[in-house]
Amino acid sequence: MSNASSAPSHATVLPNGWEMVIGLEVHVELDTKTKLFSASPNHFGDEPNTNIDPVTLGLPGALPVINRRAVELAIRLGLALNCTVQASTFHRKNYFYQDLAKAYQITQYDQPINIDGFMMLPGDVRIGIERAHLEEDTGKSTHFGGTSGRIHGSDYSLVDFNRAGVPLVEIVSRPDIRNADQARQYVSELRSILLAVGASDAKMEEGSMRCDVNVSVRKAGDPFGTRCEIKNVNSIRAVGKAIDYEARRQVDVLESGGTIRQETRHWDDAEGRTHTLRVKEDADDYRYFLEPDLVLLDPGAEWVESIRASLPMLPAARRARLSQLTGADKESEAVYVIVERGQDDYVQLVADAGGEPARALVYVQQAFSEAGANPVVPAKDLAALTLLERDAKVTATQAKTILSEIVANGGGDAVAIAAAKGFEALDTSAVEAMVDAAIAAQPDAWAKYCGGEEKAMGALVGAIMKSSQGKADGKVVTALLQKKRG
Amino acid sequence: MSPSSDAKTTPKITAQVVAKVAHLARLDLTEAELALMTTQLTGMLDHFGDIDKLDLSAVTPMAQPFPIKNVYREDVVVPGLDRQEVLDNAPAPQDGRFRVPPSNGSES
Repeated sequence: MSNASSAPSHATVLPNGWEMVIGLEVHVELDTKTKLFSASPNHFGDEPNTNIDPVTLGLPGALPVINRRAVELAIRLGLALNCTVQASTFHRKNYFYQDLAKAYQITQYDQPINIDGFMMLPGDVRIGIERAHLEEDTGKSTHFGGTSGRIHGSDYSLVDFNRAGVPLVEIVSRPDIRNADQARQYVSELRSILLAVGASDAKMEEGSMRCDVNVSVRKAGDPFGTRCEIKNVNSIRAVGKAIDYEARRQVDVLESGGTIRQETRHWDDAEGRTHTLRVKEDADDYRYFLEPDLVLLDPGAEWVESIRASLPMLPAARRARLSQLTGADKESEAVYVIVERGQDDYVQLVADAGGEPARALVYVQQAFSEAGANPVVPAKDLAALTLLERDAKVTATQAKTILSEIVANGGGDAVAIAAAKGFEALDTSAVEAMVDAAIAAQPDAWAKYCGGEEKAMGALVGAIMKSSQGKADGKVVTALLQKKRG
Repeated sequence: MSPSSDAKTTPKITAQVVAKVAHLARLDLTEAELALMTTQLTGMLDHFGDIDKLDLSAVTPMAQPFPIKNVYREDVVVPGLDRQEVLDNAPAPQDGRFRVPPSNGSES
């Protein structure tokens, strides 16, 4: 996902000194085999109501028992987000809705499992993570009748409880994000981290990663303004669009003398705008109280440290390592893309095989977009090609042709392919002879070029490339012409 | 998001507070029930007020009355309930799902 790269910012700048203040609440479904509190499958896309049990349905007498793997994945994520892992408790969050059979959601309230972390964004921007807590997902209701297919005005709903009880971690950022670009980078980086630690498949299109966006505006330096929470933001692109829309809406309201109500708004991606969904309830209205059916969750230092020791190298560290190896900027598109694809180890293998790292980075980015983390092409074959190009035995264009052939065949000897294609590099004396011949054949062009008309060089270069049948290196030809002009 | 922890002043329970809580729980209380609940809840909170007057600085706060922690289940699938059997007990099954009236409740 190239959204994460720190390409020049296109972030919307608000008029008249207004500033955006953004916080994100991201829900991710953990990649477990079973639910958070019961042994039914956690599996997307199954026939409705086939992954249900007494706990899922909130049947009388059913008791929750926590899934150890879900706790482990939550801790993995917490540690990857630089959180402190602590002893934690569960609460009941009480509200009435069709997809919540028990009429309460089991979640974590004042003692969440992970607190006080942070994530670094490009440009050394630090975004605080307030908490990353465990909770259960709800079922899924589909509304029928009425005009809009939405809940308001619908005639009835059909409920599927397969998703009910699926383990979630809700990651709550501090309001440290200041523009839509940073918000996109945050979501993209969070997704990379989730994939790296194996906590979630993080598929926004399947709902295993869902974003709620809190937006307010203020004049720089003022206290925070009243915020609105935007739901239904289902892609990284939509995160940016919804924030830009909502911030401008709030500025318009305030500048025309109005006030912002604290409310929940719905992002309509087709219309590109937000609508009021409901005016925000007080937190007290959920009547949180300790879940009496669950005991203290205290993972203990030993388990936490063993989980920490088992964490893989995280994306930021991998980008830094790849940057150091190849000399490319750690915030460059190439570095982000290669690490996102998990191909940085492969670039390292090419370098280990004697290849030139900077060219290896370029080749891998160009040729292996569909190859996954472990391209089948032997690293030594790519290494040989980097050396051919580095030593000017082949031109960049020729190297690309050889690369395509190596990729198509799952490997190949770059030297042999170059020879077979007649890419044998012309030695400098041969190129020099062609340069002399071209000058002799086009004395007018040469005179103009010597007279300072740079464009005249084109005709000469063209003639030389033609007579060399493309084997001459353009850079060498240009250098020779410049040298001869003196 | 953090709950208030002002333990030293016991909040006063009024009929209005009870009515609000009853509404949140979708309980339809009569005036007599409302008065009874107000008296009972006041009694309970007064009891906590009595506890608050004690010196509890040497007592470790506890989240649960049970002397156990960390009760885990391994992440292994166990067959659950049969869909047909469950839906047969529902008032209005449709297309393998539970058909329910539209809710005016909150979507969270």
